[in-house]
Amino acid sequence: MGIEYQNIFTRVQARAHPHDGIALPAGDWARDGKPFFAHLMGIIGNAQIGPIYLGHLGVASLACGFIAFEIIGLNMLASVNWDPIEFVRQLFWLALEPPAPKYGLSLPPLNEGGWWLMAGFFLTASILLWWLRMYRRARQLGMGTHVAWAFAAAIWLYLVLGFIRPVLMGSWSEAVPFGIFPHLDWTAAFSLRYGNLFYNPFHMLSIVFLYGSTLLFAMHGATILAVSRFGGEREIEQIVDRGTASERAALFWRWTMGFNATMESIHRWAWWFAVLCPLTGGIGILLTGTAVDNWYLWAVKHHVAPAYAPYMPAVDPATLPGAVR
Amino acid sequence: MIGFGLKVAGAVAAVAACFFVYLTFGFPPVVDTQSGLRGTGMAQITYPSTVARLRAANVLPEAQPAAEPSGEKSSAVYENVQVLGDLDSNEFIRFMTAITEWVSPQEGCNYCHEEGNLASDKLYQKIVARRMIQMTIDINSKWKSHVAETGVTCHTCHRGNPVPANIWFKPEPDSRMATYAGGRAGNQNRANPAVAFSSLPGDPFSPYLLGATEIRVQPTTALPRGQGASIQATEGTYGLMMHMSDALGVNCTSCHNTQALNDWQQAGRTRSIAWHGIRMARDLNTNYVEPLTAQFPASRLGPTGDVAKINCATCHQGANKPLLGQNMVRDYLAALRP
Repeated sequence: MGIEYQNIFTRVQARAHPHDGIALPAGDWARDGKPFFAHLMGIIGNAQIGPIYLGHLGVASLACGFIAFEIIGLNMLASVNWDPIEFVRQLFWLALEPPAPKYGLSLPPLNEGGWWLMAGFFLTASILLWWLRMYRRARQLGMGTHVAWAFAAAIWLYLVLGFIRPVLMGSWSEAVPFGIFPHLDWTAAFSLRYGNLFYNPFHMLSIVFLYGSTLLFAMHGATILAVSRFGGEREIEQIVDRGTASERAALFWRWTMGFNATMESIHRWAWWFAVLCPLTGGIGILLTGTAVDNWYLWAVKHHVAPAYAPYMPAVDPATLPGAVR
Repeated sequence: MIGFGLKVAGAVAAVAACFFVYLTFGFPPVVDTQSGLRGTGMAQITYPSTVARLRAANVLPEAQPAAEPSGEKSSAVYENVQVLGDLDSNEFIRFMTAITEWVSPQEGCNYCHEEGNLASDKLYQKIVARRMIQMTIDINSKWKSHVAETGVTCHTCHRGNPVPANIWFKPEPDSRMATYAGGRAGNQNRANPAVAFSSLPGDPFSPYLLGATEIRVQPTTALPRGQGASIQATEGTYGLMMHMSDALGVNCTSCHNTQALNDWQQAGRTRSIAWHGIRMARDLNTNYVEPLTAQFPASRLGPTGDVAKINCATCHQGANKPLLGQNMVRDYLAALRP
């Protein structure tokens, strides 16, 4: 009873003839797949599955993504001497590493970063083609292109990490390896090398928007669910035809914190918070090593962080006379 | 109504969560000891269960009963005494008895000495043992910056094993590096105990505890000044630090204030001891251990034919001070701190 009352799952599954979507303009591919209904999917979303539109861009994107996936996966498999059991055991540790620092931005041998460059090229092509596809599909439906631009914000961070910053630093070795734990170790090493990324103000902003997004999403989702008994989930209608759901939701937030978003503005809040997370994060990464080398010292210099009083200080032994190396 | 499927899913999730909690977290209580300026998160975390385990694993063997001086030097009484020749002959025998207990309790005197001819240098173990005694004496006099007055004995590393339990060899070169794919860029990306099961570069020892590769990677100026350390060099240092943390059973905050790891003003005393420890391991590996390579039979050598070498775990064995800082040298001052 409890779970149903709290309406965790969608209660209503409308069933009619599957909806094929609007007619496509001449020159477009046909949509693929015979649509069908899946009850389980209907519990968390729309029960209708398909049809899907692939198109030139979709196929090209999937092909590039597949090539990148194969280059990465087969290199990982090769690194365990093609042993499938080791591959599964070590999967989280395996990686395709970028070239060594000595290669700078030049083309390294295949097995010393060449595969990494190729995988990066195809993955980037795949992502950019997918972006174009999202933009095109939105345009063809007469929609705005908000989804494509939100995706572009994430692509910005991806390009800064793997392409723009390494080029500015003059070395592919600055880029991220492909691998589960290795990319996490890279992240930690990156922060260690550049004097603690937590003192990077753009990293701070990015965290604000990351956690802010989850907070906003929770507030918004909770508010709408809470007034759904008054028709609150018909948010868009209530923008111009403000009913009791809208009024109660607004009153609730004005009573609790003195201010409320509106049925319209809450979605702008959400979009900007989400988009600003990778936008600010990308700026923070871009400045690291190019403009600032040690974020902690930078923060102390500019009074972002306090200079702490010495505690159990020691003289650096390397500076003492006669010190061994 | 909650469906049967949901109940099963909930039960499975609960069991998985229990496993996760059990395998991830230490048992309470957690003892938190402040080790830096208040509010900076500088603390050493210990668990009573871990402390009890360490105590049990670090009980000292009883000292050999004191020997009545014979008044004669060991070199005058015994043949071929090259290192402890000035020691009183009775103290010499007492020390030999202690070594047998520390290093070869099962194998006895004949682990190093030829049966029937104790003076003989026939067994390689004796040649190695002689050099190791010199090394121990050297550590106790030359490396007080690391071992202080506590010092070390054979037992610090051996603990009853002819070969200390914690040693390292150079890893085999990555066989895939010479091929067209699957190279691991420095033996990294394996669940590797040497780097505390991270995917960091797989040999944190050769560059730093044998070679003198620069460990410091953080810039000391806010803005860039020329070419700094690479991410790869940083990962190498990170790997060494993971080994140290693992070998000593301590957090990063034992030696560093992690907001500024390179700052000697914010947590320097323990770091200074560790700094000397790195140099000590480097000195011992270079000047004592490596030159013995030719003495060992092939079965004692590593995959690339190198000798077993010293890292932090060789002495520390999970304790921030080896043998929890208990002093053994004071019972053998004549032999080990002449």
